[in-house]
This record gives sequence, C-alpha cells and structure tokens, in this order.
Amino acid sequence: MNNLYPLFNLIIALTAAPLMSGVINRVKAFFAGRKGPPLLQLYFDIGKLLRKGAVYSRTTGVFFRLAPPAGLVFILTALLFIPCGAYPAVLFFPGDMVLVVYLLGAQRFCMLLAALDTGSSFEGMGASRDAHFSVFSEAVLFLCLAAMSVASGSVSLNGMLFTAGGRIWQVSPPVLLVVVFVLYIVLLVENYRVPFDDPNTHLELTMIHEAMALDHGGPDIAMFEYAAALKFWILASLPAGLLFPYGMKPDFFGNSALFLGVIALTAALTGALESCAARLRLVKVPQMLTAAAALSVVALIFLAK
Amino acid sequence: MVDGILMLLVLLNLFSLGSTRISASIRVVAYQGAAIGLVPLFLPGKITGGILAAIVLVTLLVKAVILPWFLRYAQKRVNVRREEKPFVGASTSILFGVAALGTAFFISSRLPIPFAVVSPFIVPVALSVSLTGFFIIISRAEALSQVVGYLILENGIYLFGIALLLEQPLLVELGMLLDVFVGIFVMGITVFHISREFEHTDTSRLSGLADWLPEVRRNE
Repeated sequence: MNNLYPLFNLIIALTAAPLMSGVINRVKAFFAGRKGPPLLQLYFDIGKLLRKGAVYSRTTGVFFRLAPPAGLVFILTALLFIPCGAYPAVLFFPGDMVLVVYLLGAQRFCMLLAALDTGSSFEGMGASRDAHFSVFSEAVLFLCLAAMSVASGSVSLNGMLFTAGGRIWQVSPPVLLVVVFVLYIVLLVENYRVPFDDPNTHLELTMIHEAMALDHGGPDIAMFEYAAALKFWILASLPAGLLFPYGMKPDFFGNSALFLGVIALTAALTGALESCAARLRLVKVPQMLTAAAALSVVALIFLAK
Repeated sequence: MVDGILMLLVLLNLFSLGSTRISASIRVVAYQGAAIGLVPLFLPGKITGGILAAIVLVTLLVKAVILPWFLRYAQKRVNVRREEKPFVGASTSILFGVAALGTAFFISSRLPIPFAVVSPFIVPVALSVSLTGFFIIISRAEALSQVVGYLILENGIYLFGIALLLEQPLLVELGMLLDVFVGIFVMGITVFHISREFEHTDTSRLSGLADWLPEVRRNE
C-alpha cells in the first residue's frame, strides 16, 4: 500500500489541476461583480475540444502537429518529480530539479516551434516575447531552487519539499519567505498571468501565450490547455510545499487536503491580483524579473552563509 | 527577529536602488530608519530600561519622522518628482546592490571580530547598506536623491555601530545622529539654493558653474 502513495499524488494532480483555472476565473468574476463560469469549466472545455476535429493549415509542417502532444508529455514527465502534500514524488534522484526545469523548458520550446511553424506574424511575435521572458524566469527559478536546496541540504525536489519537512524552516524563516515570494513571481510569469501577460486579452498585438495558440484547434488546443493547467499545478506546488511541508500535519488525508487548499489559495490569490493589478509595460517585465533574480540571489547569499 | 529586520533592510536597499521616484526613495529611507531604530531592542547588552527606550525613541524620531518629513518638505519646495537621468539605470543598480551584498558577506567573513555579535548577518548587512548609500550618492544626478543616499549610508554606519558598540554607551551614536541632522539641514538649504538659482537640481550640471566652461558643455 505504501508503494502506491506516490500514485495518489499523480492522480490528485491530474484530476485537480484544471480546477485551479476555474478558481482563478471565479475569483475574477467575484471581483467584477459577476457570477462567473462554473468551477469545472476547463473540464467541460477540454471534453468538448477533444470531441472535435483539428484543422491544419497548408503552411504548417510536422512541428505544428507534434508540439501539443510532445509538450503535454514533457509536462507529465515533470509532474512525476513533484511531491504533493503527504505523498512523495513518483520518481526522484539527486539533481532532478535541473531535469524538471529543463522539462518545463522543453515544453516551452515545443510551443515556440509550433508558433513559428504557422508562419503567422502574431504567433512569431508571441514566441519571441515568450523566449525573451523565459531567459529571465528560468534563471530566477534556478536561483530559487538553489536557495531551497541550500536550506534543505538536498538536491532533489522530493528532498526539499517532502523529506526535509518542517526542518527547512529552522534555518532562517524570513529568508525562506523571500524565496516563497520569488517563486510566486516565477509562477505568475511562467503561467502568463497578469502583471506579465493578460490571459483575457482579445488584441493579438498584446498577447504572449494566447498568440502562440491562435491557430491550434480541437484536441491540440485541449492539450495546450491541459498542459498549462498542469504547469500551474507544478509551479504552485513549489511555494505550497515550502509553506506547508509534510510533517506539519502528519496525517495523510489532512495534509493532502491542506495542500490542495494551499494550491487553491494560490489560484485565488492570482485571481485577486489579476483583478486589482494592471499589466506591466513590456519593457518593464525584464526589469521586474531582474529584481526577482536579485531577491533570489540575496536569499541564496543569506542561506549560504 | 533580528534576522527578519536585517532581511527587511536588504530588501529596502534593493528597492531604493530600483526606484527612481524621489518620494518612494524618501519613504524607503523612513522605513529603513524605523527598522534600524528597532534593532537595539533585540541586542543583549548593558543598556536597558530608560536609556534603551530613550535611544530607540530618539533614533526613531530623527530617522523615521523628522528627516523624511524634512526631505519631503524640500522635495515639495523644489518640485522634483523623479530622477530623470540617473547615471546608472534601475536594473543595473539592483544588480550592483546584489554584488555589494555578496562583497559585504565576503569581506565580513574575513573580518576578525573580537566578540560574538548577536546575528552573523548584522555586519555584512551593515556593510552592504553603507555600500548602497555610497552607490546612490555617486549614481544619481538629483541633489535630493544624493541626500537620500547619504541617509542610507548613515543608516549603515549606525547599524555597524550598534552591532559593535554593544558594551559602549550609545552616546557616540547619538552624537553622530546630531551630525547627520545638521548635515541634512545644510544639504536641504543647498538644494533650495540650487533650485532657486537654476530652476533644477541636477548636480551633474553644476560643473557649468565654473568661470571656464568645459568643451562638452559649450557644445551642447
């Protein structure tokens, strides 16, 4: 039975991830005074899209068709390394955090290739911006992971978020809070949320993530959406796992519920932020990310001392 | 607790390096002064009771209330809102702040300190706050930003002082505070005068005041 626990972790992530998009949209609707779409809207969308066929333009090549499933596979592989609440990760080995970051990078690479493959200038522009911002966000993510591994004395995600447990908070709580904050910024930029990109925009000129999926349809867009939901889950697990490590509440179901609650809270916070904050000017985004990188280096220096 | 305050000081440092709005810099200096003013409360030492309370209150009053208020007043008088043309941009300044922190940690690891300090972070943070102050003084063109940099530098020195002078009465510190107060006062008056005579407070153009004009200025 104990060996099956990691599988629970995977099942929770796979089933609950699309729920978070519903939470974000409901919070945004609440702030706008609307009722909002149902919490399960993304499930309905994905179900509907999967039943449709895809249309492929004659300009597109093999990458356009390959990218959505390949991206989803990369994200699913990355998910195997993420511990969740009371359950350890399915796979772990020393240094797996590097692999996870590069799996996320590979998924992004697939999206960029697919976007460039369409020959649409809007998609090319979205891809260019995404590539630009990812240079910063990936570095920031690595710095955060480095700080976490110094704090926990482990170089695998499972060790940092699961095995280390509450011990990670004995080193220096204020510094870890900074790491959590920077991880949240990484979550926002990697998931194309508001200060960095606006998921609701209808103007192609201002899109980043949406521009890259303009020409996909049917099952392809369903795979993109699902991969995006899982990516949110993965990146939300890092600050959630830091804030509420396993061991603070040592019963399995309580801890899983707590973990789910924290991730839903992250989603709600994102929705609230999205309702209150305006989008940054594109020139300001690298500056903001440089500041985030500076914060994570500061945390790293403090922890390495 | 001290570690939290020190972390806060470093974050405020980075913020002051990254902001070009003068009112924001003044606010940061006020918060930094307030945070530093609270540090003596957490230090184990011979000073307790009324003297400690007096030191904390005077520091808070001067650093977090009077000086920022005076700077705000000066800012309103000369009517500058933001640093238009700093010599070093915001992102580069922030990176410098990180480099300064790294250097400070390196230096303080080599620094022989004869007695135990309350937190291993206090000396490097004090050094990095001072370095940040220096950097703001040399990298900003507006006279008011330079005054802000001077205040940050003084915050760093003060922190260094309370870290090392545990056994001494803090009279030295209070004397220094008085010096700074007078210094800021003089600077404020200078800023008024620059502003009244030249309708701006960009110190990078002060070289044009000389009898001879440098070639560059004449060609402008």
